[in-house]
Amino acid sequence: MYRVVEARPLADRVHALVIEAPHVARNAKAGQFLIIRKEPGGERIPLTVSAVDDDRVRVIFMTVGATTHQLAELQPGDTILDVAGPLGRPSEIPSGETCVVVGGGVGIASCPILARTLREAGNRVIGILGARTAELLILEDEMRTACDELYLATDDGTKGRHGFAADVLKEVIESVQVDSVWIIGPAIMMKVTSEVTRTAGIRTWVSLNPIMVDGTGMCGSCRVIVNGEVRFACVDGPEFDAHGVDFDHLMQRQRFYFEEERHALEHHHATRCGCSGEERHG
Amino acid sequence: MRLNTTTRPGAGVRERNGMAERPVEERIRDFEEVDTGMTPGEAMEEAARCLQCKKPACINGCPVGIDIPGFIAEIAEGRFSEARSRILEANLLPAICGRVCPQESQCEGACVLAGKERAINIGALERFAADNGVAELGEERPVSLAGRRIAVVGSGPAGLTAAAELARRGHKITLFESLHEPGGVLVYGIPEFRLPKAIVSTEIERVLALGVELRTNTLVGNAVPVDDLMTFDAVFVATGAGLPVFMGIPGEETNGVYSANEFLTRVNLMRADCFPEAGTPVKRGSRVVVTGAGNVAMDAARVARRLGARVILVYRRREEDFPARCAEVRHAREEGVEFVTCAAPVRIHGTPSVTGVECVRMEMCELDASGRPEPRAIEGSSFIIDADCVIQAIGTSPNPLLVRLLSGAATGRKGNLVVDEDGRTTVPWIYAGGDIATGAATVILAMGAGKRAASVIDSDLASRPEGEI
Ligand SMILES: Cc1cc2nc3c(=O)[nH]c(=O)nc-3n(C[C@H](O)[C@H](O)[C@H](O)COP(=O)(O)OP(=O)(O)OC[C@H]3O[C@@H](n4cnc5c(N)ncnc54)[C@H](O)[C@@H]3O)c2cc1C
Ligand SMILES: Cc1cc2nc3c(=O)[nH]c(=O)nc-3n(C[C@H](O)[C@H](O)[C@H](O)COP(=O)(O)OP(=O)(O)OC[C@H]3O[C@@H](n4cnc5c(N)ncnc54)[C@H](O)[C@@H]3O)c2cc1C
Ligand code: FES
Repeated sequence: MYRVVEARPLADRVHALVIEAPHVARNAKAGQFLIIRKEPGGERIPLTVSAVDDDRVRVIFMTVGATTHQLAELQPGDTILDVAGPLGRPSEIPSGETCVVVGGGVGIASCPILARTLREAGNRVIGILGARTAELLILEDEMRTACDELYLATDDGTKGRHGFAADVLKEVIESVQVDSVWIIGPAIMMKVTSEVTRTAGIRTWVSLNPIMVDGTGMCGSCRVIVNGEVRFACVDGPEFDAHGVDFDHLMQRQRFYFEEERHALEHHHATRCGCSGEERHG
Repeated sequence: MRLNTTTRPGAGVRERNGMAERPVEERIRDFEEVDTGMTPGEAMEEAARCLQCKKPACINGCPVGIDIPGFIAEIAEGRFSEARSRILEANLLPAICGRVCPQESQCEGACVLAGKERAINIGALERFAADNGVAELGEERPVSLAGRRIAVVGSGPAGLTAAAELARRGHKITLFESLHEPGGVLVYGIPEFRLPKAIVSTEIERVLALGVELRTNTLVGNAVPVDDLMTFDAVFVATGAGLPVFMGIPGEETNGVYSANEFLTRVNLMRADCFPEAGTPVKRGSRVVVTGAGNVAMDAARVARRLGARVILVYRRREEDFPARCAEVRHAREEGVEFVTCAAPVRIHGTPSVTGVECVRMEMCELDASGRPEPRAIEGSSFIIDADCVIQAIGTSPNPLLVRLLSGAATGRKGNLVVDEDGRTTVPWIYAGGDIATGAATVILAMGAGKRAASVIDSDLASRPEGEI
């Protein structure tokens, strides 16, 4: 059992949970993730390590389906049945480079810990955060302290640059000599944004989020195709060379359980929160 | 209920008592156990057939050396609890072994009656004693030495056995498991209808009651760095052979293609059969193709049947070459699994989801190294089996994660940890056993390795100079 010590909404449908999990917190590094199972019979879902403080670890998630809706109901003092991790490989941290960390949507969750780690290793770090609208630009303060420079963009122009993170990235690499780039966000955003660095030949990492079960390399649910080869994202990743990733394949596999997920969410609404279950969030 | 009794005609030849099985129409609608076990009368009758050989061959056939005639004699006398304690002396997980061991190639294969009438049904008797006796394990002599701290990595049969044996010798054991439940393949792989989870958890409870500290959700290598592992006095690595092997044919990345491990884990461990009450989904499929013909393939096929699909099992050799236990093949057939033999999948069709599996016919040629005819593709013989789900059950290999991190550990061709006959790896104080050392094998071999390594670890530690600790 793992105790929730903090639970708060950060934006519409975006929640932060701080969980007491000493063995995870002590070993977790930027780029790694946890697998959480809230209760008996619950699904195991992967969430990125967003911050570590002593014996505590923070995750930030968007409510998209049944399990994330259940997690959003947690209050401080509640417990989570299982927290496994850290899983996956940590980010490969260079030193003495100029690095750009691009976060999109809820992918921003993973950015501050990465930016801080890069900075501590002696890199110059430029942050770029993009979201649909101002409210969803989470963790701005944390990123401002973690980065040497920070740029913001919103699709609707309510904050920062009116446009996409990709547009900002393009300008940054045109004006500064950039060595490494990390892009973390929804698959489509990573696909589009990593095109920006392809022609410039800049080493670019993306954090892939295929559907997982065990997260330990024993099932193959998380298969992704990178440079034509099949890799298991949970143990070989989740970060991979962006320019080798078959994003269309990733997105196709992410949609595999669409029908079942809709069913599960309706079931959740019918049995747990009492609402009609009409709306499909996400 | 129908008795599966194997009879042989002829005067004076006594029947072998089998176990009752639930009728097919009933059992394929649920996940409850297929074999229902023996009644006390049947067990005593079967036990009475035992010749009580002076030099029992059956014991040699048992990887953990259970006193088989001894426990059978107790059953024959109606002393079921005594029978159970006899077994427990050598085997900590009798209710599991009685259900899943390949007895025909072990104890029962060695039984002197095997050639004449029919081998004693040792498996069913073991299960009977385990299920019907009430007896627990006594404390082993507590060691004079102060107990040492020993890490056991992986809680499958190898790790559980080693942990229990070491705990009984007075050592302080931490048992690490990466999943949320202990048991390894016993909980995520072997289906409920062959091995009820309640039985597995009772057996595991007994191991933990010996004072073993279990740490689930702990992937050693990540959550416990190797340097931390090295602070234990000794480590037993029992991480199993859980890495699924895919065939490497085009189309394998299509939606609807599962490894058997994934399919079985979703259903057995995560209870996807109860979705959406349980949170994890699985595609039920209406036509499922299973590739392979070992125990794992039979399990996957039978689970898919229970989820309501028509199931076609494709194997590149002949039916007599199926590696699965005979009973599993028979059960699968009875439950309506269709077999397509001498055929090999070459491509999976469909985007984004599977629509069919293209196979070629195979002809059987000269005998190969395994003594079976080598299958060879017949040109121009390809055909398509319609399917909306494909489950690959062609094998697994040793879990590479921790092995890669153990610097100095010699590995074999399959990626297994190389060990000497006592279970020592090439790294001092690191031992290994079970599927991680042998590649995919059996529950009882894993247990045997755990037991042997435990006694070796114990004696190695006892002779270790104090200064080294
Ligand atoms: C390594 C990794 C790190 C992640 N980090 C974060 C994070 O920090 N914050 C965040 O909000 N989300 C993160 N995700 C995605 C998150 O796991 C899914 O949103 C979550 O599982 C959805 O569960 P659900 O039951 O609420 O939704 P569902 O209705 O079940 O699914 C909604 C969508 O989530 C995806 N999904 C469903 N089940 C799984 C699963 N078992 N594993 C992975 N994806 C699944 C599917 O593509 C699906 O379309 C991460 C995913 C991975 C693989
Ligand atoms: C579907 C199926 C059916 C089978 N049927 C039979 C049968 O009928 N009869 C029979 O005798 N055998 C059967 N087998 C084979 C048998 O189950 C295995 O040979 C046996 O379980 C091996 O035991 P083990 O302890 O070596 O490994 P496993 O049972 O594989 O256990 C290894 C454990 O280690 C954990 N682990 C791995 N890496 C780490 C890590 N880094 N840190 C922490 N934990 C870790 C895993 O999660 C797992 O729980 C079957 C196998 C399968 C897959
Ligand atoms: S999630 Fe099972 S292998 Fe990666």
